[in-house]
Amino acid sequence: MKKDIILAGVGGQGILSIAACIGMAALEENLFLKQAEVHGMSQRGGAVQSNLRISSEPVASDLIPEGKADIILAVEPMESLRYLPMLDKNGWVITSINPFINIPDYPSMESLMKEIWNQPKYITLDADLMAKACGSVKAANMVVLGAATPFLDLKIESIQNAIKAIFGRKGEDIVQLNLDALKAGRDHALKQL
Amino acid sequence: MQKLLLLGDEAIAQGAIDAGMSGIYAYPGTPSTEIMEYVQSSKDAKENGIRALWSANEKTAMESALGMSYAGKRAMVCMKHVGLNVAADAFVNAAITGANGGLVVVAADDPSMHSSQNEQDSRFYGKFSLVPILEPANQQQAYDMVHYAFQLSEDFRIPVLLRITTRLAHSRTGVQRAAMRKQNELKLPDNLRQFVLLPSIARKQYRELLGKQEQLEAASAKSGFNRLIDGKNKKTGIIACGLAYNYLMENFTDQKLEAPLLCIGQYPVPLDMVNKLYESCEEILVLEDGYPMLEELLKGMLNKGKKIKGRLDGTLPRDGELTPGIVGTAFGQKIEKGKQTPELVKNRPPKLCDGCSHNDAFLALNDAILEYGRGRVFSDIGCYTLSALEPLEAINSCVDMGASITMAIGAADAGLVPAVAAIGDSTFTHSGITGLLDAVNNNSPITVLILDNSTTGMTGGQASSAYGKIDSIVRGLGVPEEHIKVLKPLRKYHDENVAIMREELAYQGVSVIIPRRECIQTLSRKLRQKAKVKALDV
Repeated sequence: MKKDIILAGVGGQGILSIAACIGMAALEENLFLKQAEVHGMSQRGGAVQSNLRISSEPVASDLIPEGKADIILAVEPMESLRYLPMLDKNGWVITSINPFINIPDYPSMESLMKEIWNQPKYITLDADLMAKACGSVKAANMVVLGAATPFLDLKIESIQNAIKAIFGRKGEDIVQLNLDALKAGRDHALKQL
Repeated sequence: MQKLLLLGDEAIAQGAIDAGMSGIYAYPGTPSTEIMEYVQSSKDAKENGIRALWSANEKTAMESALGMSYAGKRAMVCMKHVGLNVAADAFVNAAITGANGGLVVVAADDPSMHSSQNEQDSRFYGKFSLVPILEPANQQQAYDMVHYAFQLSEDFRIPVLLRITTRLAHSRTGVQRAAMRKQNELKLPDNLRQFVLLPSIARKQYRELLGKQEQLEAASAKSGFNRLIDGKNKKTGIIACGLAYNYLMENFTDQKLEAPLLCIGQYPVPLDMVNKLYESCEEILVLEDGYPMLEELLKGMLNKGKKIKGRLDGTLPRDGELTPGIVGTAFGQKIEKGKQTPELVKNRPPKLCDGCSHNDAFLALNDAILEYGRGRVFSDIGCYTLSALEPLEAINSCVDMGASITMAIGAADAGLVPAVAAIGDSTFTHSGITGLLDAVNNNSPITVLILDNSTTGMTGGQASSAYGKIDSIVRGLGVPEEHIKVLKPLRKYHDENVAIMREELAYQGVSVIIPRRECIQTLSRKLRQKAKVKALDV
């Protein structure tokens, strides 16, 4: 088993929380993992990505080789397209459709969605809306993670356990919110398949 | 024991805690910051009374660590690569004094300049100072090397340089801990003149340092961090330094690497191993995540031996970090990239946060300076450097920590009056104070903005050494009271702030303006914590 995942978003959108959940779940299943993060300057509203690699065999490189990623998991639609050179031709683009517009030349939503829907394999979801329905828009990143769960080859229980461990300090309500968000994303993806 | 999921930085921190370190000294700098942060939040460190506070700059950190080593205890000092420039005076001379308690210097290099102004390779500093260098290939090795480095430092009474790069520092993986070692007892150096670098003593100490080199090379040969692995295809022998080994092996997950391979993790490099590889192969390929240091040494000036491939002959790019694809290409492997990034994807450069105090300070400065014309604002290293970009385009230089004030002095001396310096609070106490003293002594017609957001913002909001001290420092340096102006950078005070800046720009001497408003990130973090405490109270 080997999954190479590019996590993409804008600084501050919570892609590292997604990475932490997948990482902890992988550890629970005794898998090897490497996760290269971006810290420092780019975190200030810039484009950020993280290379997450999980495998039943030891992982050599911290960086995913170009053209070999299995999944691009994005919390922002334009960012889902930035790393296409990294994606395997059979890879999935899984992305929220909620734009984070902090530049003047952000493309039109119409052209953006057309481009995403042009990819051979994709899942798109209104993560903000689904998170709001669960109780808070802040859980949008967990909705996106939920949409990726059918493709991760990890037990859903492992990911749920990771959420409990990571958000446990913030109280039961927050844990439940994130678990609900995860389920909403997962159900959505399973329906689109 | 269950493996810990750690960043490379955190693995180093945990390694130092477990190896019996008594104190860690550092100034924040990407990609090294998380080493100190991890120790600061570690329960083990707290229980064992490990000293872990930020220093004013890398030089003071290096010297404090040297002092702890003098007293017989194990000390670590951490910095980003350019921080080693600041600490260089202490670092180079520490090689000559030597260590007493184990002394490990961590330099985190940033090839590809993800968050830096250059991509200098700290291994050159190690070589220059004649100290051993360790270069881990992965996070587990980083952890293990810290234990080894402290021991090596004590065995040879020499500081040890641990050199990492961004990818190792900021990549997370499972790390297995070793047993915890007790801290050293307080113990003075056997020779109380060891640290007195008077010329007569320094000459002796330097000869001792030179004398250690052969044994250090022998230590490199037997530590296990340098490995020569034979292969049956003798066409190209490969030397892979540190992290480069991973990128090499990534290209050989489905097939066996048949080339002979020398993995380097410790310097000085054992000549025997290099020679064996060189003699057995037709040509050598050197993979280094940084400058072509070994490649250049192997090639020599005249390059009359076997073909040496690497960054200098174009086999690999001359600059930037290595990647699996770049290394694969060097082997003639065909890299199948995915699709091109569509044109509609636009750049999203980092920028000042919404509500950032710097933004309001520079909006005021841009208006105040209008009458003199642009191109006269010297700035520094921090979040506010982003004001060079659109839409503010407010500053004209960013060179090194503290250079804003001193460059303004030089420019004013040349006739660019008024010249303006813009420097953050933490950067000011890091390296701006001495420059401001120069300005006062020179009576330079400059206006200095000390942008006080009460934190070290760019690296994530670490405590600033300047906190609560700036006004008195500025007064103490001799800036006249009536030309020290504290203002609140908020949109609603814009006109008022512009007027104050105009007034000071017109003054023909040193004036200091302190726009003071807390970093929006640390403020919102504090408010969130407060809200949580309140919720608990209910």
